[in-house]
Amino acid sequence: MRQHPKELEETQRLTTRRGLVLGGLQLGFMGLLGFRMRQMQIEEADQYRLLAEENRINVRLIAPPRGIIYDRNGVIIADNSQNYRIVIVREDAGDVDQVIAKLKSIITLDETELQRALKEMYRRSPFVPVTLADRLSWEDFSRVAVNSPALPGITPEVGLSRYYPMTGDFAHVIGYVGPVSDYDLSQIEDPDPLLQIPKFQIGKVGVEKKLEVPLRGSAGNSRIEVNAAGRVMRELERDPGIAGQDLQLTVDARLQNFVQERLRGESAACVVMDCENGDLLALGSAPAFDPNLFVRGISSTDYQVLTQDRYVPLRNKTVQGTYPPGSTYKMIVALAALDAGVVGYRETVWCPGFYQLGRRRFHCWKRGGHGWMNLEDSLVQSCDCYYYDISQRVGIDRISAMANKLGCGMRHDIPMSAVAEGLAPTQQWKQVRRGEPWRIGDTLNASIGQGFTLTSPLQLAVYTARVASGKALVPRLVKTLGGEENGGEDAPALDIRPGHLRAIREAMYKVSNGRRGTARRSRVVAEGQEIAGKTGTSQVRNITAAERAQGVWKNEDLPWERRDHALFVAFAPYDKPKYAISVVVEHGGGGSKAAAPVARDILLFAQYGGLPPLEAYPSGQHDEIRERFEGLTLSDPRPPAPGRSRA
Amino acid sequence: MSYLEYNIKTVPTGARKVFFLNWPLILLLAAVSSVGFLMLYSVAGGAVGRWTEPQMQRFGMGMVAMFIVAMIPIWFWRNVAVLAYIGSLLLLLAVEFFGTVGMGAQRWIDLGFMRLQPSEVTKITVVMVLAAYYDWLDPKKVSHPFWVLLPVVLIIVPTGLTLIQPDLGTAILLLAGGAIVMFVAGVSWWYFGTIIAGGVGAIYSVFASRGQSWQLLEDYQFRRIDTFLDPSKDPLGAGYHITQSKIALGSGGFSGRGFMQGTQSRLNFLPEKHTDFIFTTLAEEFGFVGAASLLVLYGLIIFFCIASAMTMKDRFSALLVYGIAATFFLYFAVNMSMVMGLAPVVGVPLPLVSYGGSAMLVLLTAFGLVQSAHVHRPRGR
Repeated sequence: MRQHPKELEETQRLTTRRGLVLGGLQLGFMGLLGFRMRQMQIEEADQYRLLAEENRINVRLIAPPRGIIYDRNGVIIADNSQNYRIVIVREDAGDVDQVIAKLKSIITLDETELQRALKEMYRRSPFVPVTLADRLSWEDFSRVAVNSPALPGITPEVGLSRYYPMTGDFAHVIGYVGPVSDYDLSQIEDPDPLLQIPKFQIGKVGVEKKLEVPLRGSAGNSRIEVNAAGRVMRELERDPGIAGQDLQLTVDARLQNFVQERLRGESAACVVMDCENGDLLALGSAPAFDPNLFVRGISSTDYQVLTQDRYVPLRNKTVQGTYPPGSTYKMIVALAALDAGVVGYRETVWCPGFYQLGRRRFHCWKRGGHGWMNLEDSLVQSCDCYYYDISQRVGIDRISAMANKLGCGMRHDIPMSAVAEGLAPTQQWKQVRRGEPWRIGDTLNASIGQGFTLTSPLQLAVYTARVASGKALVPRLVKTLGGEENGGEDAPALDIRPGHLRAIREAMYKVSNGRRGTARRSRVVAEGQEIAGKTGTSQVRNITAAERAQGVWKNEDLPWERRDHALFVAFAPYDKPKYAISVVVEHGGGGSKAAAPVARDILLFAQYGGLPPLEAYPSGQHDEIRERFEGLTLSDPRPPAPGRSRA
Repeated sequence: MSYLEYNIKTVPTGARKVFFLNWPLILLLAAVSSVGFLMLYSVAGGAVGRWTEPQMQRFGMGMVAMFIVAMIPIWFWRNVAVLAYIGSLLLLLAVEFFGTVGMGAQRWIDLGFMRLQPSEVTKITVVMVLAAYYDWLDPKKVSHPFWVLLPVVLIIVPTGLTLIQPDLGTAILLLAGGAIVMFVAGVSWWYFGTIIAGGVGAIYSVFASRGQSWQLLEDYQFRRIDTFLDPSKDPLGAGYHITQSKIALGSGGFSGRGFMQGTQSRLNFLPEKHTDFIFTTLAEEFGFVGAASLLVLYGLIIFFCIASAMTMKDRFSALLVYGIAATFFLYFAVNMSMVMGLAPVVGVPLPLVSYGGSAMLVLLTAFGLVQSAHVHRPRGR
């Protein structure tokens, strides 16, 4: 089939033309591809790079070890203990039910805990480790470890958990940690990502809560590369985070232990403060509880036992509890009167056993009356009438101003939960808060530490320490944080004439040691260790005229919750004050009987640095004291030997 | 001009043919294949034996085949075109009955020494038969409806056979490759215009029908289309591959992450990283520079083919070379569009780079045909 050459050329030209069009289209499309590459790889590269990083990098948080809490001598109060747990990775386990069944045949698992863990496991990705059981004993843990070849997907792990070696002794001071709750999270603005770790422990009350942030430290993280399935390929970098700061309290663990032990059986509180620098040496609140119960989340039955106890073990009575101070308040009234110049040392007031104010009769605790009383006598014998009289001369506002000056009716800044403000009432306060004018009767009640007046044991201790030292001491609970000294500056002198303070201290000495002193029975006979104190007995009920007519009920005859609070404040040694103390025994009866002996034992323990010799006590009481000491079970905590590695 | 009219004397003979081979083209093919070896080495995590070595062996076999095919005069290939076409159709049918199911589709015939994908072979035999057809057909009749219908049937039959495998990628390549040969052969613009207009109209009506009473596609089919148009709507489902592919490509940046440093491919975020998605690894590790360079290499291959075709006086040679070049172009154009999110994911490998024996062998054999046409083209009288 021959073709005409011209036609042939025509066809060839057409083909070439079409070929060129095709080539042009192809070139155009390649241009488009190139343009798209440029767009993705140059213009949008950063965005895609970011996506790629997000794809491959997973950040896992590493919980930092929580700061350890020491007492002033280095005794560990709150430690981190190793927590043995087993985790399961669903993906590696294969047949989960079979593995769990095998595990159950080796160790006992808590069924509710297990169901919760399994639920969590199925909710999460198959490669995420989920804790099956927590706080295993070493035996169970090693049993699992030995059998791990037969338990695919099960890994025994060691983590850190809070542990309080002194159990109840510091329960109220440092509080406890517990698993973070949704409520906790809702309370914190911008929560640390650490808190999102399931079961992460945070401070719930006390020092653990107040100093949560420094104690917690900051999260480390490990940047891990994951593949498309989310499986960990390798660790790219690891930032161990910053361990929580160690904390040293001013509290002396041995003294604290003694205090708790001495208060045991009562509903009571005791604060021991250093008169030289304001260090809080012991803050005892009884009954106590074991904070370790709370670390993992307390069971409801345990919690019920604690909440239904009428002695309210969960309340920190040292700072949270407020009590009418009773006669322990009298030094404040006396100082206010001296300061105002409305009364002289020798000036006397007649006590017939009551004080008539208009048609109302205010009674002295001593029915028959004390007779002529001067300032010293009024303190030593705790005459109420004297204060009914002089308080009217001073006026409530000046009394309360003095109370504030000495540390009552104000909130002290220490890192504990629910630190109470107490109350040193003023005329204005009543007008504002009660909507009623202040009455003279209110002043009379306040003058003997009753009525509206409320103080916490901490405030009483601060007040006593200020009277004893003449310095405006500030209570200090944290000695060092992260190795740095906290506070500890010298306190300025009180704005009270030293002579007045000396007179008060002298009177307090006679309270404890004088022939007619209300706390004479609780005196110390060892030279240079003498204590000076003041008793207080505060009513928690009104004594009606009818009751008074037929004879006031004795405390022993009353139900517990209607008995008087027993109070005692003291300092020692008298000639060179070192320790100040306040003791409140709830519904304990008379201060001289229920509170003063406690205070004496504790002050002696503090001065001797251990159980005091019987010679320090009056000779007639040796048997009684020996018996009491034998009933105590002291733990005698010691600082760890040097070289102990931090858990 | 038919092959009978060749002036034999102007065509090199014997071993001299070697000097008349299109050597730049051979070098380009070797260069592109080497890029493939490098990337296969990289995606295997530095292992030679996994993919690189088999790929090199096939390259060697393909090169030998190319030389043999190139030495045989082009008119022989013209004469066997119809036979080759029928043979490939039989192979396609054989796959239907005896084929091995792989990746959810019947594609292979196990030949013992290698697995052959007849659909790959078909891409070339269709081009061959069409070139032979237009060589035979009077150029004046090319746009006559009957003479247009015949090549359309030639294309549709293998396309239909591959579609039922199902192998959408190959079907598209067959259809487009055949259409291009028809276009270059001079079939009137009207046909193409009408088809394109019809296609656009059909697509438009499909979309317009959505939610209407006369909806043309099922809901799930629409969802698939949505996923293609916006993969981020379903990042963990069907859109996952394309999303990850784009991330890998984009994160390469200008100069790339460095050889064997591509995190997306290293960490298995990429699907099919040694076959259809190998380009993303290249783009991730060598960046825009690497990706654009490969595009330029491909472009040069097309350029040398078209340049060679323009010097060819006989219609079979010219159409064959245009057709093979176009098929080659379609391979990488569709593949790159796919991984860059410009086209839906259909299984089309990156020619000479993706791991795969059939494609490599078939492509190199096809370039043997291009070489044969180049060697045996008549030279100045």
